[in-house]
Amino acid sequence: MRVAENLNSALLDLLAADEDVFVLGEDITDPYGGAFKVTRGLSTRFPGRVLATPLSEGAIVGAAGGLALAGDKAIVEIMFGDFAALAFDQIVNFASKSVTMYGRRVPLRLIVRCPVGGNRGYGPTHSQSLQKHFLGVPNLALHELSPFHDNARVLAEMLAAGTPAILFEDKVLYTQRMFQDGRIDDLFRYDFVGAETPVARVYLERPDEYDNVIIAPGGMTHRALTAMRAAFLEDESSSLLLVPSRLYPFTLDPLLPILAGARQIIVVEESTAGGTWGAELAQEIYPRLWGRLRHPIRLVHSADSVIPTAAHLERRVLVQDDTIRAALREADHA
Amino acid sequence: MTVTTERRLSRLAAADLDTMLLIRHFELGLLDLFEQGKLNGTTHTCLGQEYIPVALGPLLVDGDHVFSNHRGHGHYLSRFGDAHGLLAEIMGRQGAVCNGVGGSQHILRGTYLSTGVQGQSLPVAAGVALHLRRGGDPLLAAAYIGDGTWGEGAVYEALNLARLWSLPLLVVVEHNRIAQSTRTEDQMAGTIAGRAQAFGIRHQRIAGADVNAIRELLTPLVEEVRHRREPAVVEFDTYRVGPHSKGDDSRDRPLIEEAARHDWYRLYAEDHPEQFAPADRRQRDRVAQIIHEVAARPASAWESPCA
Ligand SMILES: Cc1ncc(C[n+]2csc(CCOP(=O)(O)OP(=O)(O)O)c2C)c(N)n1
Repeated sequence: MRVAENLNSALLDLLAADEDVFVLGEDITDPYGGAFKVTRGLSTRFPGRVLATPLSEGAIVGAAGGLALAGDKAIVEIMFGDFAALAFDQIVNFASKSVTMYGRRVPLRLIVRCPVGGNRGYGPTHSQSLQKHFLGVPNLALHELSPFHDNARVLAEMLAAGTPAILFEDKVLYTQRMFQDGRIDDLFRYDFVGAETPVARVYLERPDEYDNVIIAPGGMTHRALTAMRAAFLEDESSSLLLVPSRLYPFTLDPLLPILAGARQIIVVEESTAGGTWGAELAQEIYPRLWGRLRHPIRLVHSADSVIPTAAHLERRVLVQDDTIRAALREADHA
Repeated sequence: MTVTTERRLSRLAAADLDTMLLIRHFELGLLDLFEQGKLNGTTHTCLGQEYIPVALGPLLVDGDHVFSNHRGHGHYLSRFGDAHGLLAEIMGRQGAVCNGVGGSQHILRGTYLSTGVQGQSLPVAAGVALHLRRGGDPLLAAAYIGDGTWGEGAVYEALNLARLWSLPLLVVVEHNRIAQSTRTEDQMAGTIAGRAQAFGIRHQRIAGADVNAIRELLTPLVEEVRHRREPAVVEFDTYRVGPHSKGDDSRDRPLIEEAARHDWYRLYAEDHPEQFAPADRRQRDRVAQIIHEVAARPASAWESPCA
């Protein structure tokens, strides 16, 4: 099953199981079914609760916030995550604030889905990874789509928390298949670490034999795997890959024993440089593992640049598998 | 269409007059507390506009949602009459409606909510109206906004949704001719009526402060919003008698005097002196007593949900 299909069926199941679930977004109804077809079929099954909206990101998220305030569960699709900038006020100043600013807990079950990321030639305003702009907002959880995490479970976790949440969806993942049964290919296997919000752990032979540890959100999975494969085949360097579903707040505890065994920790993300998720993660890891780290944590992210449209230019700006491969090589020679 | 209510104000029921005077003295009390350095932060009083939420009061029912804004003390007091809870909220004392976290501009109580960001509430109110519409009961979401807030794009996104989806949304505009320090004519092209019309949304302008006449006029309109599930904009042509927040009135004298000339408080005192004087005294004393009582309370406690 493809990742987009998994997400689609997770949405469908939610709508079917709960009369109070709404899905709102631009062009999401049939026959079009959304810019990336993630909502295909939903409006036909649930016409009153899957609503195509005008081009009004602020009002869509605001109205979803109103539904959530009234006790419903609302899921918004922002056509391109870049446009979440137009809903920043509703996300940061209304929905997430309302959970605690009235002096008592007000649960708001609201998910904002944001297709993000580049390598598809959409250009500077349709290719960004805006995760970092939403970091550190009280009561706002950030999740990222991954080929490991079943979306039915992810969406349920996001709604159960009772705080607004953003699901970042790297567009390159939609057409990839969901991994199943602990096996990725001839080389890699995976399992999950941590109970509350499980982190996928990808390993070679055994989960406790590795040189370096890569932490990467779902969208980087395939690039990381390609780099890890090359490092193993060419340099006999074995790496572990950790893919969290929830990026913020980040639950570090279950990962500490794993991270403590790393030659080097590498945090990879597609965001452009400056104020990154990796920097946030590193500052959480440092005090916990100070004295046990063998090398500084290495941050891998895209260049400090707008994201160009032409393929040859875009490739140079965004993190690719060879960027990660180079980081692994340097780690081995550190 | 504009409706100008009678120049001479009709006699109010005692309870209505009491609520208007409670709000008046509450607001005056706040300004006084600020002057004495006993309040933290800022606050926006609704001096001169007290009659608006009082007029709307009985037209709204318990299940209706009310969205208030920065100038919301009158909205709150007309709905709940709870001056102790509101003052405690503003002073950070025990018994505060929101434990002192929200303060003057951020209040949630039942289906009543205020926020301090202009324009933000209308899309949220539209979402709540969508919820109410689906619920099937004839309930509505009412949102108070000022004239200056019509500069925010969120207002138009919400109006579009409300008309498109036939939402029971009542937009109550308190057009007090000014936003902070900027006169409306310096920031609004065209009119609110024209803007409502552009969306095919019914608009009603109301001048004058005759509560009974306003109610009579608005009763059928509010019923239509409720039962036919169509949004409407009600625009009150009103006057801000006091400063924007505290002591920051930059208007020229003639403008301040014009506002004072239209103050319902003065007009009503002239029209009904025998009813007004004792009621006024009672509410003034009552508010003084409430201030005394609340100021003596211990600080509010907040169990931070993040801790
Ligand atoms: C988005 C936003 N911009 C600016 C402000 C600061 N501010 C608070 S009240 C106000 C004036 C609002 O004017 P209006 O809507 O006419 O209401 P009034 O104060 O006259 O009641 C301003 C600019 C704000 N709270 N929110």
